[in-house]
Amino acid sequence: MMEHDLPAWAAIPASLLLILGGILALTGSIGLLRLRTFYKRIHSPTLGNTFGSLCVLLASIITSSAIVGRPVLHEVMITVFLILTSPVTAMMLMRAAVFRNRGTN
Amino acid sequence: MNMLLFVACVFALLCFVAGMACAAIRIFRGPTAQDRVLALDCLYINGMLAVLVIGIQIGSMLYFDIALLIALFGFVGSTAMAKFLLRGEVIEP
Repeated sequence: MMEHDLPAWAAIPASLLLILGGILALTGSIGLLRLRTFYKRIHSPTLGNTFGSLCVLLASIITSSAIVGRPVLHEVMITVFLILTSPVTAMMLMRAAVFRNRGTN
Repeated sequence: MNMLLFVACVFALLCFVAGMACAAIRIFRGPTAQDRVLALDCLYINGMLAVLVIGIQIGSMLYFDIALLIALFGFVGSTAMAKFLLRGEVIEP
C-alpha cells in the first residue's frame, strides 16, 4: 500500500495522469517493435518520450506538492531537459541512418 | 483515494516494464545499428519513468535525483553512439 495519505484533489488527477502516461509510453514502445523500416520506427518512441513523460512528471509534481504542503517544482527540470535533448538525439540518429543508407536507395 | 493511486501506480509500472521489454526485443532483433541505438534510447526513457513512478508510490524525494541522472547519462550515451555511427569516432581531434 501507499506509505502516505493523500487528499482527494491530489490523488484523482495524479492517477489519471499516471494511467494516461503509461498508455502513451506503451503505445510508443509497441510502435517501436511493430513498424517496418527505420524511418517509420523513429517516429513512435517520441510519443512516450514527450507526452508520456510530461504526464508522469505532472503526476509527480502534484503528489510531492500534496505531501510537502507547498508547491514543489523541481521536476520541471527533467521536463525541460527531456524537451531539449530528445530532438537532438533523434536528429543525430536520423543523420546517421541517412549517412549509412546513402548507397542503397 | 490511496487505493486508486496505488492501482494507477501499478498499472503505469506494468506499462513501462512492457515498453522496456518491447525495446529489449528490438535491441536483440534490430537489423541495423541505428535501430539498436533508437531502442536503447526508448529503454532508458521507460526506465526513468518507472523510477519516477516508484518514487510517487513510496513518497520519497530521492528518486527524483536518480531519474535526473538516468536522463543525463542516457542522453550522453545515445548522443555518443549516434555520433559514432555518423562519423566513425566520438571525439574528433
